[in-house]
Amino acid sequence: MTPEERFEAILAADEKVEPRDWMPDAYRKTLIRQIAQHAHSEVIGQQPEGNWITRAPSLRRKAILVAKVQDEAGHGLYLYSAAETLGISRDELQDLLHAGKQKYSSIFNYPTLSWADMGAIGWLVDGAAITNQVMLTRTSYGPYARAMIRICKEESFHQRQGYEIMLTLANGSAEQKAMAQDALDRWWWPSLMMFGPPDAESTHTEQSVKWKIKRETNDQLRQRFVDATVPQAHFLGLTVPDPDLHWDEDSGHWRFGPIDWDEFWEVVKGNGPCNKERLAHKVQAWEDGAWVRDAARAHAAKHADDPMEVSA
Amino acid sequence: MSDPLLTYLLRLGDDSLILAQRLGELVSHQPDLEEDIAVANLALDLIGQARALYAYAGEVEGRGRTEDDLAFLRDEREFFNAVLCEQPNGDFGQTMARQLLFDAYRLPLMDALTASADETISGVAGKAVKECRYHLQHSITWVVRLGDGTEESHRRMQAGLDAMWRFTDELFTGDEVEATLAASGIAVDPSSLRDPWEATIKEVLARATLERPVDPRQRGGGRQGMHSEHLGHILPEMQFLQRAYPGQSW
Repeated sequence: MTPEERFEAILAADEKVEPRDWMPDAYRKTLIRQIAQHAHSEVIGQQPEGNWITRAPSLRRKAILVAKVQDEAGHGLYLYSAAETLGISRDELQDLLHAGKQKYSSIFNYPTLSWADMGAIGWLVDGAAITNQVMLTRTSYGPYARAMIRICKEESFHQRQGYEIMLTLANGSAEQKAMAQDALDRWWWPSLMMFGPPDAESTHTEQSVKWKIKRETNDQLRQRFVDATVPQAHFLGLTVPDPDLHWDEDSGHWRFGPIDWDEFWEVVKGNGPCNKERLAHKVQAWEDGAWVRDAARAHAAKHADDPMEVSA
Repeated sequence: MSDPLLTYLLRLGDDSLILAQRLGELVSHQPDLEEDIAVANLALDLIGQARALYAYAGEVEGRGRTEDDLAFLRDEREFFNAVLCEQPNGDFGQTMARQLLFDAYRLPLMDALTASADETISGVAGKAVKECRYHLQHSITWVVRLGDGTEESHRRMQAGLDAMWRFTDELFTGDEVEATLAASGIAVDPSSLRDPWEATIKEVLARATLERPVDPRQRGGGRQGMHSEHLGHILPEMQFLQRAYPGQSW
């Protein structure tokens, strides 16, 4: 069997491709792009939620929020490790992010303007992410699939705590309910855009499905998310900001109105409300920390022969 | 002053919460991803300690105040944290200096409180002591690395230490609150923590090739509710939602 045939046989048998297996260059590149984008999203995703850590309205909520943001940094770490199995280092990937040559999820380019945004992000953004990630637990590349299994467990906790924030606000005072509605109004459409462009315009989807990196298309996943989320919005007593939204008896789906893809592409291109701030914050933290990382390396080099000095 | 036990619990809890609040500012700003995780972990442990201490303080007070009432509805003069805890993060060297000076005090404190005659306090301390041990190990690791790293890191680490040093005496200065409670085996006399603290600091500074700062004029007051100007900015940010929308559930 040639390496190509063996690769095809692994995919055909629904087995996992492992780091030492031969794989087409384009498969490797696609995975690096996708896993890196995912890792960067987790890292940048610390910022919009980190924005409310100091202002969380109760100690319980503060603890949950800190734990959640901490999980995101942890997910970034697993995902960079998964990407490293493909022959690229975390530092190289980060340089590509800082240079604007790799992306992160556009959703994080929207600002978090009220406490209810912590609810909406957990409920909608993490909800959309889980829809995508559950599929990725079955992705064809082994290290990515395994990272996803672990991440999905934590994400479902994130989603529940977000919904619980929304539920508390929706059942609270008129001001709190208005805060919850405002958050839904602002996060609904960007959450639908998280699944990426429609199948007809998605440059990567077809090949990714063939390689079993993706097992479902953007539009299928988006529809699944809408079907799951609309009844949750109704339960909250909130209004989904889509006048065209309706239940379609024949198909058994919630049909939604047109998505503003111009807005999506503008944000992807770097013109969203917070693109510049998010990247600048990340680059600044990295540059501010250069002397610290240099010191750690210098210290380790000085004490390379002294096991007592090499502490974690 | 009111019930000494209440005041004591607030002093312990306020140290935890105000330092956690400072550490919470740092998440996503750290030198690498591992340190973002570590700083969140420190904050999380301290928030947990604050919650347990406030919950008990509310019970001791007996006026129905919850952990959140105590955190979000007290004003500056009613907070009793040491002023060290409210000092700004500065650069990573200053953050680590503040953390080392605090952790080297907090670990022997919690360790001693595991033997408190008050079962709730000994229970809280029993959990906290494990966390404090990890926190101290983390801050020692960094202070040593930075002190004995590069020329720049040495300079910054020394500067951070010099800046934070003058807030340390307060950690070991008790008043009638601790004296009363220590007599009945509930609290620890803070002056008894100075020796273990000095021993840790001495060893760490030697490994880090740092100089012990020359004792400048010390600055305290926090334990009596007299703070530096910083607390007056930490509180409005932390308490914003509870103040702007009073009496609501979150």
